[in-house]
Amino acid sequence: MVETIVSIGLAVDEKMIIKKNRIQPTNLKGNEKRICIVTGLHGDELEGQYVCYELTKKINENIQSLNGIVDIYPALNPLGIDSVHRGMPTFDLDMNRIFPGSENGAMPEYVAAKIIEDIDGADMCIDLHSSNIFLREIPQVRVSEDMEDKLLPYAKLMNVDFIWVHPISTVLESTLTYNLNNKNIPTLLVEMGVGMRITKEYGDQLVKGIFNLMKEIDIWKGEVLEVREPVISTEKEVGFVNAKSSGIFIPCIGILDKIRKGESIGEILNPLTGEIEEKVISPCDGMIFTLREYPVVYEGSLIARVHGGA
Amino acid sequence: MEKEVVFTLTSLYRDDMRITGYRFGKGDKAACIIGAIRGNEIQQLYTCSQLIKTLTKLEQRGAISKHSQILVIPCVNPHSMNIGKRFWTMDNTDINRMFPGDVNGETTQRIANGVFEQVKGYAYGIQFTSFYMPGDFIPHIRMMETGYHSPSLANLFGLQYVLLRKPKPFDTTTLNYNWQLWNTNAFSLYTNATDQIDEKSAKHAVVAVLRFLTRMGVIKYTSHSGYIASLLNEDDLLSVKTTAGGIYRRLKNPGDGVERGDILGEIVHPYEGHVLEKIISPTDGIIFFAHTSPLVMENVVAYKIIRRLHE
Repeated sequence: MVETIVSIGLAVDEKMIIKKNRIQPTNLKGNEKRICIVTGLHGDELEGQYVCYELTKKINENIQSLNGIVDIYPALNPLGIDSVHRGMPTFDLDMNRIFPGSENGAMPEYVAAKIIEDIDGADMCIDLHSSNIFLREIPQVRVSEDMEDKLLPYAKLMNVDFIWVHPISTVLESTLTYNLNNKNIPTLLVEMGVGMRITKEYGDQLVKGIFNLMKEIDIWKGEVLEVREPVISTEKEVGFVNAKSSGIFIPCIGILDKIRKGESIGEILNPLTGEIEEKVISPCDGMIFTLREYPVVYEGSLIARVHGGA
Repeated sequence: MEKEVVFTLTSLYRDDMRITGYRFGKGDKAACIIGAIRGNEIQQLYTCSQLIKTLTKLEQRGAISKHSQILVIPCVNPHSMNIGKRFWTMDNTDINRMFPGDVNGETTQRIANGVFEQVKGYAYGIQFTSFYMPGDFIPHIRMMETGYHSPSLANLFGLQYVLLRKPKPFDTTTLNYNWQLWNTNAFSLYTNATDQIDEKSAKHAVVAVLRFLTRMGVIKYTSHSGYIASLLNEDDLLSVKTTAGGIYRRLKNPGDGVERGDILGEIVHPYEGHVLEKIISPTDGIIFFAHTSPLVMENVVAYKIIRRLHE
């Protein structure tokens, strides 16, 4: 059942409509749990589109196994997705930095408030992101340190390769994930793949994980497949590798590859002079979980994140 | 005056990006003024250029106080300005959401760090800035309530209004916020333009800064006393939102006094030309902010009104 969450009249004969698809058992008892799958907050992140499609299709194929309510929101920033725009066109601030929003604020702040209002009361939420056009990420759940105890058990069910428990940051208090967790709705932030692309195998991997999670929280009673054991960041450190020079980055290693301290991640080249500007090396032993996808780099551009070290 | 490059970023395909600072006077770090951080802040760039021109003359006349140093950085982001982008050329990040920066971080974090290392430690920090919603303001000083803010000092600019607002999480990475955390008295000065140059407003802003610096004993400059500012809290401003999208016809401007029931603007049907909505003032007051774009969506803040204040 497709429903409209918010509708805003645009200037010239058009409405911006945010929709969700509610899938629920035929006979409701009234005490069903509800999970929300949200994505498309950043218009250049598309990995969640395939996940939404696949999840909806698979639930509908086995609707008799559905034991709760699944709300799927494929496009929280429809104008951004349509125009290949990370943010909401005409608005300066990142859509994921304005939550909980405001009924009296700017239009996107109003939209943010309506999104929160619609999700409110759910038993679980998954917010799907896919990095940006610059970096590729392995399927991972990100959890802030203060939510580790509460969210880690759920995150482990998601069939991701990695769980990054990261430090608390004031800026992140304005994200959708933070605000839903703050309302006592357990919310998992998933990052995977790369902006403007869909990585089908990552999507399939995550769909398995979502079914596994739904089974655990009694929303799905059908069969689920065995999920992989994720690496958890707290076991070791996360090393950041940033470019020291500008140029064209050519990797010599793949994402999820193991690497030793001092080994090459790739090179930054100068196409004008034919020289190597920088040999990028790993700061520690570990596993590459983020790798530069967009070749042009400035000084400071993130090249890789390595989970390893002490 | 000493002109120096305070930060350089090399680029593979473009000239180096040089952030240039102008130092006046010598001695204690008295005041730092920052112009455009975003690439479309043309008014802010222009205002800074006029300030530099005036400070150069004042210095030649010996009007900079002894042991007082002033640093002016007219543009933090020339790379974006030169290609008509508001945010960073490559990844579209906002340098003014990257402070205090990180010397080992991403590119815009490094730019912010390079700038912040130069601008921190001054007694007073003034930023010419622009708002995240497209529109015009009454010129004013805006301050965040950090616990370090000083509205009484803000009054010394002699502008009509000082606006106080509670910081939101995303404000904690702005220059203004971090200046305050590092014990600089920080002020954001809003003129009534961004992409276009408004000469009159730029001149007022320059005089306001010179007036402030004079009152703080940093320079000697004679000007009229300006206003005794009305101190506003952001919550005092009443937002008037559109209930339809269409072509926007602005009938009232920032600074105009209005009465409850006055028509502030109209939304015109984009095809048929008739008025879809009259935007009515819900209160007596003075227009503080007005939307500018000729097209408007539904649910947009078209006006902010200072309630129950008269001209």
